[in-house]
Amino acid sequence: MTGPLELGAEELGLAALLVLGNAALSLAFRLGLARRLLLATVRSVAQLLLLGFALKWIFASGSPTVIVGVMVFMALLAGFEAVRRTSRRVRGLHAVAMGVMLVSSLAITIYGTQFVIGVEPWYEARYLIPILGMILGNTLNGISLGLETVLEGLDRDRDRIEVLLAHGATRAEASREVVRRAARMGMIPVINMLIAAGLISIPGMMTGQMLAGSDPLTAASYQIFILLCIAGGVAIGVGGVVLACPRLVFDERDRLRVERIRTLSG
Amino acid sequence: MSLLQGRDLSRSPWFDGLDLDLEQGEIVFLHGPTGSGKTLLLRALADLDPFDRGTVSLAGQPSQAHEPWEWRSRVLYVHQGAPRLAGTVQESLEAVFSLASQGGKSAPSPAPLDPTARVDRLSGGEAQGLALHRALWTSPSVLLLDEATSALDPSASTAIETELKAWVTDSDHPRAVLWVSHDEALARRAGTRRVAFP
Repeated sequence: MTGPLELGAEELGLAALLVLGNAALSLAFRLGLARRLLLATVRSVAQLLLLGFALKWIFASGSPTVIVGVMVFMALLAGFEAVRRTSRRVRGLHAVAMGVMLVSSLAITIYGTQFVIGVEPWYEARYLIPILGMILGNTLNGISLGLETVLEGLDRDRDRIEVLLAHGATRAEASREVVRRAARMGMIPVINMLIAAGLISIPGMMTGQMLAGSDPLTAASYQIFILLCIAGGVAIGVGGVVLACPRLVFDERDRLRVERIRTLSG
Repeated sequence: MSLLQGRDLSRSPWFDGLDLDLEQGEIVFLHGPTGSGKTLLLRALADLDPFDRGTVSLAGQPSQAHEPWEWRSRVLYVHQGAPRLAGTVQESLEAVFSLASQGGKSAPSPAPLDPTARVDRLSGGEAQGLALHRALWTSPSVLLLDEATSALDPSASTAIETELKAWVTDSDHPRAVLWVSHDEALARRAGTRRVAFP
């Protein structure tokens, strides 16, 4: 296997001709997309170059403190973003989402890198950061869907939940159906991803590894490994938030306090 | 000692410093203008909503001394809209009788209702009848009824009144009913006492 072919400014410039061609077409057909397309392209180039430089610095630092710090920051940011994507809020939601995201993604990353592939040294950023990033991206979607469904369910099913409470249900019994529904909803994207892997498209990580010169079977093995890590991370993350969320909406006497749920307008 | 006793019950802006005594064997009707907080009082007595201030006790034991699920299974609130649990009539009964608080009791037959009928297809009266019977079958000490027979036809209403009178005077179990209703004729027929609220 040969190593990756280097891409410099000249090669990227040639690739950018494709977007310029699209912009020209937009102008010719008056689609009104040229400006947005060019701005989006510039933004994506800037973001990816920035990420590249940041990762280069992190990889070069070789400092476990810096690497773990960056990982914690990434996880907390992903938890914050998961809440930002929901249309309902309850006090303490950010803390729950960020805490669950931190625990689920770091636990799976540590398990995968230390116990499955045995990364040496344990803080090797080249493995830890990309694997964590992929777990976070998917867990974020799952947590966001789970949160939205559980809060919507507690709000919408108030009458049904209170009938159960009135007949002596505990908080867990009364909210069980809503929690189950939210867990199923949060897991749907990752299950669909597992079903579609390799059928509809070649997954990004596998593509990247093959472009970097890896054997396709080695690339497939890594892709399977990362898919399993993602599935584990999403399951822990979704399970954590849908179980924790009712605690924020019920009070200390297990009363359902739907007035604590705030729906964002728009 | 009263079966259900409330002291200094307050919930701003609806009621303030309210005292309430419900004796064993009583069916007490509560009447007052719409929006005066009657539903809120029943819900708070069942610990589904908080009071701002005050204490409630059952046979001398304060509500705080009970686990929430234990208190609610003994002081049971029946909602005026008869909310329906999902699935069939039988499943809606099993959803309640499978709760740990019911101690493994098996769900009774819902006759004359068809156990396989979907609850979302029941008429308003059928749904209220089911909700009332479901509550009675779980054997609470106090029933808090919130316009709970408003959708029943006269014959079904009479039948449930008879059942409630027999249920509340069962000498083996101390029981009482607190009933919010705007139906004065019903209060005269079934009630042992009427109380103006607030």
